Amino acid sequence: MSPGGSRLAAALVVSLLALPALLPLATALGSWAAPTGAIWQHQLEHVLPRVTANTVLLLFAVATATAALGTALAWLVAGHDFPGRGFFAWALLLPLAMPGYVLAVVYAGALDYSGPLQTALRAAFGPGLDLPSIRSLGGAVLVLTLCLYPYVYMLARVAFETTGARTLEAAQSLGLGRGAAFRRLLLPLARPAIAAGVGLVAMETLADFGVVAALNVDTYTTAIYRAWYGLYSIGAALQMAGLLAALALAGLWIERRLRRGRDFAASRPGGGLLPRVRLRGVRAALATGAATAVLAVAFALPMAQLLAWAARSAATDLDARYWAFVGRSLALAGSGAAVVVGAALLLGYALRRDGRRWVHTLGRTATAGYAIPGTVLAVGLFAPIAAVNGWLQQAMDHWFGAAAPALFLHGTLLTMFVAYLARFLAVGSGPVESGLAGIHRHLDEASAILGVRGFARLRRVHFPLLRGSLLAAAVLVFVDLMKELPITLMTRPFGFETLAVRVFEMAAEGEWTRAALPSVMIVAAGIVPVVLLARRVTHVA
Amino acid sequence: MWLEIDGIVRRFGARVALEGVSLALEEGEIGCLLGPSGCGKTTALRCIAGFETLDAGRVLARGRLLAGPGVHVPPHERGIGLVFQDHALFPHLTARANVEFGLHDLPRAERRSRADEMLGLVGLADWAESQPSRLSGGQQQRVALARALAPRPSVVLLDEPFASLDVALRERLVAELRALLKSLGATALVVTHDQHDAFALADRVALLRDGRLEQWATPYDLYHRPGTRFAAEFVGQASFLPACCDGSGVLQTELGPLHENHGTAPCGGRVDVLLRPDDVVHDDVAPLRGRIVERVFRGADFLYTLELPSGRRVLSLVPSHHDHRVGEHVGIRLATDHVVTFPPVAAQDR
Repeated sequence: MSPGGSRLAAALVVSLLALPALLPLATALGSWAAPTGAIWQHQLEHVLPRVTANTVLLLFAVATATAALGTALAWLVAGHDFPGRGFFAWALLLPLAMPGYVLAVVYAGALDYSGPLQTALRAAFGPGLDLPSIRSLGGAVLVLTLCLYPYVYMLARVAFETTGARTLEAAQSLGLGRGAAFRRLLLPLARPAIAAGVGLVAMETLADFGVVAALNVDTYTTAIYRAWYGLYSIGAALQMAGLLAALALAGLWIERRLRRGRDFAASRPGGGLLPRVRLRGVRAALATGAATAVLAVAFALPMAQLLAWAARSAATDLDARYWAFVGRSLALAGSGAAVVVGAALLLGYALRRDGRRWVHTLGRTATAGYAIPGTVLAVGLFAPIAAVNGWLQQAMDHWFGAAAPALFLHGTLLTMFVAYLARFLAVGSGPVESGLAGIHRHLDEASAILGVRGFARLRRVHFPLLRGSLLAAAVLVFVDLMKELPITLMTRPFGFETLAVRVFEMAAEGEWTRAALPSVMIVAAGIVPVVLLARRVTHVA
Repeated sequence: MWLEIDGIVRRFGARVALEGVSLALEEGEIGCLLGPSGCGKTTALRCIAGFETLDAGRVLARGRLLAGPGVHVPPHERGIGLVFQDHALFPHLTARANVEFGLHDLPRAERRSRADEMLGLVGLADWAESQPSRLSGGQQQRVALARALAPRPSVVLLDEPFASLDVALRERLVAELRALLKSLGATALVVTHDQHDAFALADRVALLRDGRLEQWATPYDLYHRPGTRFAAEFVGQASFLPACCDGSGVLQTELGPLHENHGTAPCGGRVDVLLRPDDVVHDDVAPLRGRIVERVFRGADFLYTLELPSGRRVLSLVPSHHDHRVGEHVGIRLATDHVVTFPPVAAQDR
């Protein structure tokens, strides 16, 4: 292909791949231009004030709590030696394996009136005990903090560890004690990393649907769901989605600005890793105890409860229908991962081919979909695809009359896959892009001058070098899709159930124990990338 | 001519990277493109390899037109080998598989025997199964050379072959590379910014400046008979002394008369004479004296900067046992075999 032609093709590919992220945003934000009906009036008066207050409170509380918990744990592990430090260093990442809605289900079930804790307390202290309910805003803050703090922990720990011994030595030579050095040097140096972690937490909180739905807290995401499934008003759902999308875009903007401020990392002095202080006696016991407590409430105890419930319900629930959920989840995640990684590869090559600035900006837009909550993507894509379906149907009716087949594009997996692509392209693009960046232009030229070009070059040079990156991308996307709830729930064809949807439905009916079996599967899959991540973070450090 | 480059021009937008460079290599000759960074030497190499298109001029190898008006033979059809600065070995392939990579037209057995032959020639027969990451920088370079030469190209191009190598190894590797290229009978064109590498490696050196060819000469001539002031200053150390030409072939300088034997000085005018540090000889009995203003100890010798009574400064290379302090006056005389003169530069003070 001529250079001009291939550049045109590259620009076209990038534009097409940006569409899944841009289309729902445009639909949701554009819905505000349309006349608002009676349903929206009702929403405005009775729903919006409550969900706005809940969303903002939740966001603020979870951000604060994860910043505190994540930074404290990071400093404990990066700066100190205590029994079990090596284990906790990676084990504290484990909560990432448990999707928020699973943790919410466990807590809701275990702390329920008829759950094991309250039953035991009543047995001991008699009836009339009034415990605060987990199914509240406070409960949602607790659950989200426990499953999201690892983002802050991970980034802060690496930041502390790579600050380097020389910085600490310089501080000490200037008369600062270790505590003062932490406050005045290490913490400010790690602040961009901590902020980046909190940014990720904020975006996840904003996008969360499963936790708040399971704990009966009304936020924007549940309001979108209710407007669509309760009031059957796609218009009201879209307008709600427009508000959430605006919040998410603001969050994305802040996150990208914070990331730009991270560059003093490069000028850090060396001197190896931060030296750790050995804790002794009571302090060592306290450190180990604190790390154990966090790990217990965020992962170990919920996991034990899940396994106990799963064992109880396995006898009745482990039937052909259950294996059908498993098969559907695996097939969906597998084909979704193939689509997303394929798209990431196309995007990577298109950006490698076309260096123009606007094309690269558009490429970044294509991967910005990770910041758009799944509920927004679901309604924002459903509406235009349904509209296109309508036009096509009209056209077909016009041409073929009564013989025209009935189209039902929006009821197929199409919407689901396009939404997956928007939300997870960034996940797949990361490894693919870094893999492609590792293939220096000189390798292409060395190959070309030896007469190996085109597909032969892809097969003999690029593919072997990219294989690891492609596999990593596929695993990450696969696991994210196994866990994904709102998009799958809202865009699935009628009666199409996956493991995640099954957990949600059982939770909605209060059947906590029966939600455990599919939950265990999801967590098992989720552990794979956490182990990979833990190994890489340990490698860096 | 085995490789012929004829007035090649390459522009990037408004910037001219190459402005009519011409040179030619005989079979088995090693040429060098020398110049400061940004002079266009790497662009020239990429034009010859075919990764850049020409805006004017021609490139021929063994009489075959590779690039010229309306002609652009793609890189893989040029029969030209290229060794990249970073070697660009395929990291997932063994040394042998790297060398075999360009031999895809041969049957498997021949491919393998040719690769082994090449690895043997570069002295890496025992490393055939190694991954590139297990090899030293020098070994990687030899694999890259074997890979480039395996398809029997008419010319092999080397881009800054020593830039990514350890300085301590450099001198030895330069000599080894020349011996290797000569033993293989390869015609080679090497890009470097280091005159020592160029002198040790090349039969002929092309000195480039701002996309233009300053001089195309043997290393000896480039040093002793530089064609331009830039050439004189870029290649080795130079000081310039004003002189008057009296019309009889004798140049009158502050350090005494010089016999003009090169035919470059316009008679009857003022010129600047090039003095290399080894042209200014230490001589205790000489009537001419210079004051030492700077001294650099270099082991076997001292490099003194001397100030003459007129205030002009010249460089003098003096054997190590003549140890003088800064501020002392020492006797000097001229011992020039090659008198090279340039027209004077207005307000020049060297």
